[in-house]
Amino acid sequence: MTQTKTFEDIRREATAEWEALEHSQKPRIFVGTATCGMAAGAEEVLMAIEKELAQRGIEAIITQVGCIGLCYSEPMVDIVRPGQARVSYGSVTPELVPRLIEEHLVNGNPCSDLALGTLGDGPAGSIPSLFELPVLKPQVRIVLRHCGLIDPENIRHYIANGGYSGLTKALQMTPDEVIGEMKKSGLRGRGGAGFPTGQKWDFCRKSPGREKYIICNADEGDPGAFMNRSLLEGDPHSVLEGMLIGAYAMGASEGYLYCRAEYPLALKRLRIAMGQMEQYGLLGNNILGSAFSFHLKIKEGAGAFVCGEETALMASIEGKRGMPRSRPPFPAVSGLWSKPTNINNVETWANAAAIFQNGADWYASYGTDGNRGTKTFSLVGKVERTGLIEVTLGITLGEIINSIGGGIVGGKAFKAVQTGGPSGGCLSSDFLNSPVDYESLTKAGSIMGSGGMIVLDEDTCVVDLARYFLTFVQNESCGKCVPCRVGTRQMLRILERITEGEGKPDDIEELQRLAETARDASLCALGSTAPNPVFTTLRYFRKEYEAHIYEKRCPARACQKLVSCYILPDKCEGCGICIRACPVGAIVGGKRMIHIIDQSKCTRCGACIDVCPPRFSAIAKVSGEKIEVPEEPIPVTPKKKQKKRSEGE
Amino acid sequence: MQERLQGLLTPFEGQSGAVIPLLQKVQETFGYLPRETIAQIAKFFKVSESEIFGVATFYAQFRFTRPGDHAIKVCLGTACHVRGGTQIMGTIERELDVKSGGTTKDYKFGLDRVACFGSCALAPVLVIDDKVYGRLTTSKVKEIIAKYQ
Repeated sequence: MTQTKTFEDIRREATAEWEALEHSQKPRIFVGTATCGMAAGAEEVLMAIEKELAQRGIEAIITQVGCIGLCYSEPMVDIVRPGQARVSYGSVTPELVPRLIEEHLVNGNPCSDLALGTLGDGPAGSIPSLFELPVLKPQVRIVLRHCGLIDPENIRHYIANGGYSGLTKALQMTPDEVIGEMKKSGLRGRGGAGFPTGQKWDFCRKSPGREKYIICNADEGDPGAFMNRSLLEGDPHSVLEGMLIGAYAMGASEGYLYCRAEYPLALKRLRIAMGQMEQYGLLGNNILGSAFSFHLKIKEGAGAFVCGEETALMASIEGKRGMPRSRPPFPAVSGLWSKPTNINNVETWANAAAIFQNGADWYASYGTDGNRGTKTFSLVGKVERTGLIEVTLGITLGEIINSIGGGIVGGKAFKAVQTGGPSGGCLSSDFLNSPVDYESLTKAGSIMGSGGMIVLDEDTCVVDLARYFLTFVQNESCGKCVPCRVGTRQMLRILERITEGEGKPDDIEELQRLAETARDASLCALGSTAPNPVFTTLRYFRKEYEAHIYEKRCPARACQKLVSCYILPDKCEGCGICIRACPVGAIVGGKRMIHIIDQSKCTRCGACIDVCPPRFSAIAKVSGEKIEVPEEPIPVTPKKKQKKRSEGE
Repeated sequence: MQERLQGLLTPFEGQSGAVIPLLQKVQETFGYLPRETIAQIAKFFKVSESEIFGVATFYAQFRFTRPGDHAIKVCLGTACHVRGGTQIMGTIERELDVKSGGTTKDYKFGLDRVACFGSCALAPVLVIDDKVYGRLTTSKVKEIIAKYQ
């Protein structure tokens, strides 16, 4: 419909629409409805807001936005009263909605006790600026610049904020100039391997052949990582714009976006985005009236981790089993349907759009030598402020975990940080001052990976974590080559043995040997990096392996077969809560009687620990030690109860 | 079943590489991949049944037995693992008397493990049908399951 309009017309319209919204006389409410917001209950909050507004007869503009990255305080709601600052509220429940509407929207008094911060206009009263908070201040948002701020289902919001101006700029350059600009930016592949993007594009451009393909790898399979999901849900157009620029530079007229089916909302938003692009002449033949044509298809992954590997991914698009093949030939020479193909990760494409919108020099001004720009990470695990973050390369691990993440949950001790998913490694506290860049992480035995960053505290057993990752890769091994198929299975067997207290003295050497073989002889990166969790845990936490093998003890008290739960007789108040919670009926004792766990029945599920009132904290989990308890339930002595009370006060 | 399957096949006529999207459509329609459909799909693409079966079994998404009315998917990604996802799975297995990968006897629930939903910041997480539940505890899980019973 708007085919005849020039991009300049479209941009002007979009800007006018955006400005009108920004200066709207109606109040505005933003609700974060990305998958993480939904999981925290954003839908119920949204319904409560709509109901409350209807009851009071207030007209407001409600916009559903993506995730701003503060997942720990989801669901998030922003409220703007005309002419006043936009205030972000965290951990909003449907019960809080009437108060927010009443006090902020109706009376104009932002609820400072519930507010996280303000957006845009500086602090308001006692409410600080959101981006000045410790969690956001050290961050630099390039890839995530629009996430949580614009409506991801409205292309005009993206255009009004500079969207597709990178494409128009690229279209005025020659493909070689575009590639030159990419090289100058210093961007490296954000999927994890860190290959210079400009150079990769150059290979594909120079590869002979008229038909070429580009692919966006959105098969984010690393467990514990969700950067790509969040980006696709919060700002799909930035990824799509990057793909258009790449397609133009490499001379590709067809592309695929391979996204895992576990991300239904990302897929929905991508489809909406592509429909809008077609409407505005940004996808299809003669894009924006130029000679450049590009067609894009979405392929839904069907649940195979190995399809994140580029040759496996291409096999999957071709409708085959997603098995990798040996390289060379590299995809740039012979890829999808044997044609020259370039594959980049979601974040790489989004960076390309930002580079052309703002210039390669601007991009290269972030980061350090050889590691330019920013990287997104999903900061999760035992850290206080979990969420999606974006930092310049070169920041230290400690800054990320302590400043942005707010340290370890519940004041426990930091043990390790795991980066790079199943292909990465566990780094000990010795590395908290190491910079986060491709080379430093590799040198430490881990990898940058696509951006999973899982923080572990003293309660996490690293041997169990190595077992967890091996279970994962063993499950996901495609079975084509022996070192990976058999090697991961054998490593897993040993790790299972160790975590179950059946470890043998020579298991560590055997593990090391198997790990080296799998690393050196596997066909693809899945197998050759699968031993990384084993290598790093052996290197930095060998003592924990030894405790499991020689002392049959799990220092983190996490391996179920090596721990026991006891009810402490001097703390138990005989309340019976744990008896009711125990799923296997292993706890005996009546009212006001000290309860006892039957060790032969106990499965160490921890249900009793969860329910024991914190003021009693009567259940202890131990490994390698025995706690003396009465043989049969005996009455709780009132004297003891008195003493306990006064101690507690 | 024959007719419904034929309706699904037609749009994929002559498309190379359409095996996986078609299998996805079939599963969406029937809830799983019934044996008969594999044979018909093979005929449609003019390849052997084993080839289609080989593709289908390669991917975790496809199932070959009737699913439960409600699909419970427990995330056991790394973040969920370190935050107690295994205990969540254990609780559901005991509550519903079903093992991961199985279906309850009354076909009310199907239980599966999933490597990661990408809601790691809210770990541990599970999904029932299309609804995501985060920040779980063993007692919260029991309440959630009860809502569907």
